[in-house]
Order: sequence, then structure tokens, then C-alpha cells
Amino acid sequence: MATYGLLLDFNTCIGCKACMRSCKEVNNLSGPLGQELSAENYTVVNTYKDLNYRKMCMHCLTPSCTSVCPVGALKKSELGPVTYDGNKCIGCRYCMVACPFSIPRYEWNNPRPVVRKCIMCISRIEQGKEPACAWVCPMGATRFGERDRLLDIARARLTRHPDKYVNHIYGEKEAGGTSVLMISSIAFADLGFRSTLPQEPLPDLTWTVLRKIPNIVFTAGIVVGGIWWVINRRMELDRENNGNNHKA
Amino acid sequence: MKTMAITIKPKTFLLLPVLLVLVAGVVLTVVRFTYGLGKVTALSDAFPWGLWVGFDVVCGVALAAGGFILTAITYLFNAERYKPVLRPAILTAFLGYILVSVGLLYDLGKPWNIWHPLVMWNPHSVMFEVAWCVMLYSTVLALEFSSIIAEAMKWKKVVTAFHAIAVPLVLAGVLLSTLHQSSLGSLFLIVPLKLHPLWYSSLLPLNFFLSAVAVGFAMVILESFISSRILHRGLEFDLLVDLGRFLWFAEIVFLAVRLQDLFVSGVLHYAMDGSLEGIAFLIEMGLFFTSILLLSIRRIHNSKIGLFFAAATAVLGVMANRLNVSLVGMLSDSKSGYFPSWSEITISLFLVTMGVIVFFTAARYLPIFPPEKEADISK
Ligand code: SF4
Ligand code: SF4
Ligand code: SF4
Repeated sequence: MATYGLLLDFNTCIGCKACMRSCKEVNNLSGPLGQELSAENYTVVNTYKDLNYRKMCMHCLTPSCTSVCPVGALKKSELGPVTYDGNKCIGCRYCMVACPFSIPRYEWNNPRPVVRKCIMCISRIEQGKEPACAWVCPMGATRFGERDRLLDIARARLTRHPDKYVNHIYGEKEAGGTSVLMISSIAFADLGFRSTLPQEPLPDLTWTVLRKIPNIVFTAGIVVGGIWWVINRRMELDRENNGNNHKA
Repeated sequence: MKTMAITIKPKTFLLLPVLLVLVAGVVLTVVRFTYGLGKVTALSDAFPWGLWVGFDVVCGVALAAGGFILTAITYLFNAERYKPVLRPAILTAFLGYILVSVGLLYDLGKPWNIWHPLVMWNPHSVMFEVAWCVMLYSTVLALEFSSIIAEAMKWKKVVTAFHAIAVPLVLAGVLLSTLHQSSLGSLFLIVPLKLHPLWYSSLLPLNFFLSAVAVGFAMVILESFISSRILHRGLEFDLLVDLGRFLWFAEIVFLAVRLQDLFVSGVLHYAMDGSLEGIAFLIEMGLFFTSILLLSIRRIHNSKIGLFFAAATAVLGVMANRLNVSLVGMLSDSKSGYFPSWSEITISLFLVTMGVIVFFTAARYLPIFPPEKEADISK
């Protein structure tokens, strides 16, 4: 099955915020258009030195959020989107702590809160439609497609206009790669994107330890059990030798 | 007469603040569950884990480590002479885990879903593993605790039944504790860029385990001192001096592992850069070094007040470490300037107060302490 993604080309974005509005519509998000991601803004468009740039969930290929969620409320779909099931969620907010891009938001003032983030319009994709923000974008600055194809397009643009783009496809390698890819004329670090991310998926850091647990349990069990057995045996022998009555 | 004055004074003196905390706690509990986390906490999207995770859960679990340490010594290593301090240690651990669970109910956004990890599995999640270990270990503690009651009540059949499963039960408890004590450290393995280098390390799980062992000894010592004071019971001082030796050793192992790790990663210079993190780190280290130093001087180690302070600084050191990992070390990257709200602090105090009240009520009315050395009782 094809795995989809989005390509955001900041150079062609005109800052009309149609994506923000359409996102609010399809996801039933109330409130005004924001400057920062929030429970009511899954995506934002901001401007830095004439460049309009977008922020949203990166839909990591190996997401930290899905790996840390104790109940599997967050899931990476084979189609590409990272989805969320509020009925499973216990509200531990580990996903927010773990996300390397600091994307998930929370409904702090709701007594029955849920986690809020872009879900790449999964239901639209399942219906064969594009995510709302890609569909509505008048400039093609947000483009939906198979990730491999989008990567080719991005590479082609960087080679054709090396003067207009910094030579970096944000999301190609970051944290093991993401389904959302971004290209820009200004370095991503200057736009406030984390630029020091490792190329390996972050969940590996945890998994190298977690997967050793059966061994640890087994070894520790044998060692501690063995110590108990030796000590106990010796005490029994002592008792037999002395013929003492033992009091438990 | 003199003892009377000493024992009554702190009680009346404490009554007012305790009442205040209890009333405020109840009110804030209602507010918390009616209006959501935002109303009472200083948490934000940039800083989603605050005091309740850092103190109530991460510190709480560590401070309850005395239970598994002492059951391991007495049952698995057959050092039966520690039995007099075993029961209060189990009681504290049991109450500690109950407190942690209650604290979690406050902190979780959807506490009514707390049972979900039972049926919705994600073995890749450290939190999932911690949830299971804590659940199973609380069951172990509940069983160990009921065995104490059964023994004291002389319910012969129950006692024999417990005897049959004592060793496997204790062994399970020790393994479960080893796992989740270390896993609390593993929780932070996935945030190499968010946690300050003075605390982020691939050895986080080992650090957490070693410091849990240390604080386990320290808590047993502290608890024995305090309950002997308040309940006017005798003190098994020679046992505590021995435990102090273990504490000393555990702290040295912890510090050695931690400092060599920091040295090898070349991040020790952050300690001296005058930043908030640097200062917090120096405080943490200072507490451990003070405790080790106090225990290294025989005259101090063998004096009641000296041992008490050594154990207290060790407890504070481990608490500083846990708060540094979960709060201070996560601050600068989040740019959130989080500081717990007074409501967060009050609710934490409220839970601790409840725990202390239940502990002393249980200690007074349940046969927790062996009925010896009652000479101190002043009536
Ligand atoms: S960007 Fe964050 S929230 Fe989005 S998939 Fe990756 S880890 Fe999850
Ligand atoms: S807050 Fe919800 S979605 Fe996020 S990790 Fe916790 S249970 Fe999973
Ligand atoms: S993909 Fe859908 S949910 Fe995500 S930002 Fe675009 S419109 Fe919003």
C-alpha cells in the first residue's frame, strides 16, 4: 500500500491561511485562527522575513508519540497519518513530552480532555480525497501524495533552484524521517524548527532497553533466587548439625 | 513531665496548618475534577508534566523503595534480625504506592480510564511497563501487608498459607521493583534533546535503580526514627546503624556510576556555569556527599542525631535527583518557565498529609510494630 505524505513548500506559500481555515472546518475546531499550535489550531501559518511557513504534526515514520502511548491511543496508519483515539487515551500526556517536534496539544480547561493534533485528515484519505489543507491550498504550497513521489519533487526543486532553497528537505531524515516534508529558502533552525534531531528514530533509544527486560528478569530471578537457595540450604545444614529447634 | 511537654507541643502546633491543608485539599480536589487540570495547575502545552508527575509519582515511587529492599534482605538473604523494621517498611511502601496511585488519579487527564493499560497493550511503551509493574507490585504489597495482619491476629491457617508462598512472593516483588524503579528513569530515554545533559544519559535506568536502593535504606532509617518518636516506642538502633552502612555503600555506588558517566560524556562543565541546572545539580550532589560524609565518620554514624541527618540528606538527595530529571532538567528546552502553582503544591501536601495520618493511625491500631521495648511509653 502506498504511504502518503504532504510536501510543504514555504517558498510558494502566500500566507492566505486557507489551510488553517479549512482545517478548522473539517475538524470542527472553534475559536479564532491562532499564532501557535493549540487545541483549536492543528496547523499555523506564520511569517518570518517575508517567508510564510507552516507548522503541523510531522507524521513521523517511526513516531515517538505512538511508541510511548501506554494504551496505543496514537497509531501510525499504513496510509501515513498518525491517528488518535480519544476513547482509549488515559491523559498521561507522555506523547506531548516525547514528541521531538513538540506537536501534541491538550485541552487543559476541559474536565474530559483529549489530546489535539493534526491527523492528516485520515478519514478524507480513506475516502480517496486529499487532506483539507492540501485540497484548499491555491498555490500548491501544500501538496498531498505518495511520500516517495513528494521526495522526488522536493529534490527536483532543490536541484533546479539551488539559489532559492536551502539544501535541506526537512523531514527526509529527521528523527528517522517523517511523512510531512518541508522545503524553504530560510534555514529551518531560524524558523524555530528543531535542527539537531538524530537521524535514527527516537523510540530506538527506549526499545534497546525495553527489549532487554525479559533477560533482566530471568537473570535477576536466577541470581537472587540462587542466593536465597544457597543461604537457605546453609542455614538448614547448620540447623541439622546443631540439632537446634528452629523458630520461623 | 518533660516528655509530655515535648510530645504535646508539636501536635497542637501542627494542628492548624494540617487542618488548613486538609480543607484546602478537599476544595481544590473538587475544583480539579470539575474544571479540569488548567484551573489548578501551571501546566501548559510546553510543559505537560509538572509537580504531580515529578513529586507525587516519580519521587513517590522512589521513596516507597524501602519495602522491596527490606523484604529482599530479610526473606531472600535470610537476615531475619531485620524483622522488627520490616513491618513498618512494608506498611510505608504499601501506603506509598496507594498515594502514588491517588496522585496519578489527580494528574491523569482521564483518570476514569486508568485501567486501560490492562486491556489495551503497547509493549513498546515504558509507561505501559511501569503501569503493569506498579499494579502487580501493589498486589504483592497488599498480600505482604495482609500477611502481617494475619500473623499478628494469629490466624494460623492464613499464616501457613502465606508462609508457603512467602519466598516466591517476595522474589516477585523484588523483580517487579527492580523493573519499575529503573523504568521510571527509562521514561526519559526518549527525550535526549529535551532533558539537560547533566541528567540525560543512556544510564538513566541504572541510575534510578541504584538511587532507589539507597533511598530505600534511608527511608527505613527515617521512618523508624520518626515512628519511635511519635509512637513512643523503642528504637532498634543497632539495626539502623547497620542499615546506615548499607546506605553509605549504596550512595557511593550510585555516585560513582553517575559521576564517571558525566565525566566520560564530558558534560561536567555545565555544573559550574552558574545556570539554574548547574545550581540544581550542585545541590543534588551536595546532599549525597553530605550524607556519605556523615556516615563516614564513625562518631556521627553511631549517634542517633547523626544517623538521622545522614538518612534525611540521602532522602533529600534522591528527591532532588528525581525532581531535577523530571522538572528542572526539562525546563530550559521547553522555554515555559514552569513553576508549580500553589494549588498543585497544596494538593501534593494534602496527599502527603493524608498518607502520614493513615500511617500513624495504622501504626497505632494495627499490630505493625512488634510489642517489645515499651518502656518509653509516657502516660
Ligand atoms: S510529530 Fe510528534 S505528534 Fe506528530 S507523529 Fe511525530 S511524534 Fe507524533
Ligand atoms: S495522553 Fe493519551 S494519547 Fe498521549 S500518551 Fe497518554 S494515553 Fe496516549
Ligand atoms: S491534514 Fe487535515 S488535520 Fe492536518 S492540518 Fe491539514 S487539514 Fe488539518
